[in-house]
Amino acid sequence: MPFVPHTPNDERIMLASIGVTSIEALFDEIPQALRSGELKQTPSGISEMELLRTMNERARLDEMHLSFIGAGAYEHHIPSAVWDLVGRGEFMTAYTPYQAEASQGTLQLIYEFQTMMTRLLQMEVANASVYDGATAMAEAILMAIRANKKNKSRRVLVAGDINPAYIEACQVIVRNQGIELKVQGFNEDSGVIGLAAEPGEFAALVVSYPNYFGCLPDVDALTDWCHENGALMVGVVNPTAMALLKPPGEWGKEGADIAVGEGQPLGIPVSSGGPYLGFMCCKQAIVRQMPGRIIGRTSDVDGSDGFALTLQAREQHIRRAKATSNICTNQGLLVTAATIYLSLLGDVGLRSVAIRSHQGLQQLLRNLGSTGKIKTRFTGPCFHEAAIELPIPAKEVLPLMAEQGILGGYDLGLSFRALENCLLVNVTETKTEQDLALYGTALLNALEAKGC
Amino acid sequence: MAEFPTDLRYLKSHEWVKQDGDVVVVGISDHAQDALGDVVYVELPEVGAECQAGDEIAVVESVKAASDIYAPVAGTVVEVNAKLEDSPELVNEAPYADGWFFKVKVSDSTAVESLLTAMQYQALCEAEEH
Repeated sequence: MPFVPHTPNDERIMLASIGVTSIEALFDEIPQALRSGELKQTPSGISEMELLRTMNERARLDEMHLSFIGAGAYEHHIPSAVWDLVGRGEFMTAYTPYQAEASQGTLQLIYEFQTMMTRLLQMEVANASVYDGATAMAEAILMAIRANKKNKSRRVLVAGDINPAYIEACQVIVRNQGIELKVQGFNEDSGVIGLAAEPGEFAALVVSYPNYFGCLPDVDALTDWCHENGALMVGVVNPTAMALLKPPGEWGKEGADIAVGEGQPLGIPVSSGGPYLGFMCCKQAIVRQMPGRIIGRTSDVDGSDGFALTLQAREQHIRRAKATSNICTNQGLLVTAATIYLSLLGDVGLRSVAIRSHQGLQQLLRNLGSTGKIKTRFTGPCFHEAAIELPIPAKEVLPLMAEQGILGGYDLGLSFRALENCLLVNVTETKTEQDLALYGTALLNALEAKGC
Repeated sequence: MAEFPTDLRYLKSHEWVKQDGDVVVVGISDHAQDALGDVVYVELPEVGAECQAGDEIAVVESVKAASDIYAPVAGTVVEVNAKLEDSPELVNEAPYADGWFFKVKVSDSTAVESLLTAMQYQALCEAEEH
């Protein structure tokens, strides 16, 4: 069955009724240079039987390894109830239904999600989510420029210790909108950014907490610096970490203005890079510049509680080209998973996950440090992830660890040339002491095989 | 029946302008507030902001639409109606009085004279309706 439901005859009738000769003629005004052309790398279709076989074979490859890779996606235990409930017909739909008269359950769920995110981040308002952490950061940058009425600058200072993939995604999204991202380098000992050396006009500062290396920049000082210089503070945070660390709403004297992040750690598996879930919160004062859906609680004609889309005049279906964003949807199903995950864990549960994860990392770092061959690269506090420095490039070690069933971490040399001997290692509550010991053995074996 | 006070000048985009020396007061017309329906939010410019005639300078949002407000003349914003922040309904209740939006100190005090008169604006609104 073809994915496009129109038959060739339907197409002929539709084209004839608008007076266009062919589909090609219909898209004539799109310049050739912008067309994707034939998808040459994409193979033609295969049967369901062949597909299942291929996927099963690939899934088996995954299951062999114990993974210590984080770098933006984190393997946490997901209670079985989460996806069992998400898979129910009432939730499992290709499109998030927003009609208040037909979708009170879905709307209430999103409202609960928003409430949970505001409490976790100690922010005043949350939206119904955006695509993923990287697009959430890009939307936060665009929003900050719109919201900063005191400072008309279209430059944004971005901490260089943010996930490089996020910075790249943001560059792609803002570069044709007359917005300049200035990436502020990080200190090579501490791994975090300090206060900007050069004063300048910036609409906003974007800081990651924890940062890409698991390190914790001084968000209080950065937030105050930001506000003293007429810029808005944007925090990119790990939601699990928020159960332990100071949430963005409490940074500095006035708190962050916008807080975003990747919701994947909240009940979403690490599966081939997605789909993931971007969350987004802000101060009430700038909520009208927030992109995306927002669900509000109201009362119906009988005075009972009810839920409905609110502040819709920000959005495309009303404001058209001047909408706050071209994002007019959300990750409904993943929001459902995150909401159920958070409900099942509660604040105590999430805190235990954060503590167990971080203690596991500390144990691993102690084990590795005692070998005398491996150092923790950056000084200062971190959360559940750290860069370790090896005597040789990380890329030489990783395949040898994989042969022993261990995915040893992310090769930082891929993004930072100066860190080619460094591995970014993450530990979550899923790793036992025995797993940590296996990691140490596999790494030492790999180093020995390389003559270290 | 919408009111069109004759001591005001108007824009095609439905703003009204009242001149007081080198300062002009700007709001939206009775006809405009009626067409918009219940106003729920007004985004005002910053005091001190400079504008050219035709600049998008504010936004008025009702339950069914969001519309841009254009600067009628070039100048500097000297005051905004802070009451609208908590009481946007003033735009519906008193569009020509308490529902004003902002004041602009004009660069050229004769600029207002080129705007529409009440009669011209009323004719335009009536033409739109038919």
